[in-house]
Amino acid sequence: MASVEAQASGSGQREPNHGMRIFIISLVLGVIFDALFWFLLSPHMPPGTMTSAAASEQFDINVLAAIAIPVMIFIFVYFGYALTVWRRRPGDDTDGPALHGNARVQTTWITVTSAIVLFLAGFGTYELIVPQGAGAGEGPAPIWTPPGAKLTVAQQIAPWTPGQVLVIQVIGQQWKFSYRYPQFGGFETSALVIPDHTWVQFDVTSIDVIHSFWAYQLGVKADANPGVDNVAFAKTDQLGKITVRCDELCGLWHGAMFDYGKVVPVSEFQSWASSSRVELASITKLLPPYATTYNPTVIPLFRLGPVVKKLGLFGAGGGYYPPQDPQQP
Amino acid sequence: MSLPARLGTLLAAFLVVVGGAIFVVIHYLLGGPPTVDYAAGVTPDSGHVVKVYLQEDPQTTIGNRPDWVSYFIQDPKTHKWVHTTLFQVPAGSTIDVTILGYDGCTPLRNPYWGKVTGTTGNVEYVNGKATPVLNSWGQCSVGHTFSIPGIGLNVPVASPTTLAANNSLCSTSPCTSGPHTTVTFSFKSPTTAGSYFWQCRVPCGLGYLDGFGGPMQTIGYMTGQMEVVS
Repeated sequence: MASVEAQASGSGQREPNHGMRIFIISLVLGVIFDALFWFLLSPHMPPGTMTSAAASEQFDINVLAAIAIPVMIFIFVYFGYALTVWRRRPGDDTDGPALHGNARVQTTWITVTSAIVLFLAGFGTYELIVPQGAGAGEGPAPIWTPPGAKLTVAQQIAPWTPGQVLVIQVIGQQWKFSYRYPQFGGFETSALVIPDHTWVQFDVTSIDVIHSFWAYQLGVKADANPGVDNVAFAKTDQLGKITVRCDELCGLWHGAMFDYGKVVPVSEFQSWASSSRVELASITKLLPPYATTYNPTVIPLFRLGPVVKKLGLFGAGGGYYPPQDPQQP
Repeated sequence: MSLPARLGTLLAAFLVVVGGAIFVVIHYLLGGPPTVDYAAGVTPDSGHVVKVYLQEDPQTTIGNRPDWVSYFIQDPKTHKWVHTTLFQVPAGSTIDVTILGYDGCTPLRNPYWGKVTGTTGNVEYVNGKATPVLNSWGQCSVGHTFSIPGIGLNVPVASPTTLAANNSLCSTSPCTSGPHTTVTFSFKSPTTAGSYFWQCRVPCGLGYLDGFGGPMQTIGYMTGQMEVVS
């Protein structure tokens, strides 16, 4: 642009203000495409609005897209403008003008891009804090919690009433997630059922390798690490089906480690939880007491039967063959 | 080197490379365990009852394969035990399964999987006795599990329960004698054709971290696939 202007001034012809042209074209197209995106596409962007966390993530994605669209359009407009206006004309075999820096263009570029990056840094931080961690695992001592979060075992096993934070412990194991409901006697089930209009606290852990609990429609994603209680929050706002996937390569059948859950009305959830508590009582009494993490490699002696102990089995750690074993393939 | 010699060398080198590639593909990529066919001659979705027989052994003593703990499946035609974990059943049928549990007991990593789910009546029959739950920590009761997560099936396979039996387990596979339990159960095969993986949930990959390596991650040992055909 600067070189063309220099050439123009050298030839005595008045060169149009290319920069302003590009800016205006980009601005008009940017406004049009941003409006089209915001009103037509943004309501359908993932992961939806089933929970506060999901809605927050969708809003973040939409803001990022709304910022990216004008930048992308500017680049395409500049590219197209350069190809059209500054192309080599037939019969013109002269060298192009010498290139010089243009402090105004450089300053504008640095200022605009810096402003965008700094704004996004602040926006991202705000959007992580305000929606209580935005559905991400915050580790065992979460900082951004909703009112009434249950951060101790005593709080987590106290009976639940509608309006309170519901605690669901997610246990990763090859190749299935199971769910414990400590406020309902600590029953464990393969079904993920959540009440509507309720803050849910997911306490995510693993009893073997590293998994990752990714409840897509809930906007919740938290790594499941053995020996770690990874806490994430989300408030349900809509009824519907949930898809849960493991998002950490965890072994042979990682790709098949998915299941489905649902968000149901509070009354239906209470009915389901009460009946599940009764139906699963026979297995619940065999489970270890509710805790934020489990180490089945060492089972408390009082829980082990006499024959099991005499066989030298003091946990479910896999044990070892003699030194020459196992033979490898 | 003369031109014919050069061409001969080039051709030989080409054949070696191509031959090596074919060997790798056939031997390693296509050379998996066989699939035992329980669907042959059975009309899918006709309500037929198909009887499937498996056994789990403390070790594998076949040829030069790893000596890991392993499942075996009986071929319905020859009645011979095949070292595989792949089998095929017709869609929409009742599958009667019999598992001979020759391996000793091991605590489940998660006692939750001691509950029988997905079978007819949500029970298994251990030596003929209806059993809805097995306590693998408090009793020497579970050898392995047979679980198909895709259809919600989980069956803890009972083990011999006494110290003496656990110390005199079958040592030659496939087992034909020795202390064992007989576990039977029934379930409905899906009406949708497809592959449904199954696995064991006991950490029986001895010698590997937390017991989840080796046979637990290898098709043909403690995990496999049930092919449903329609």
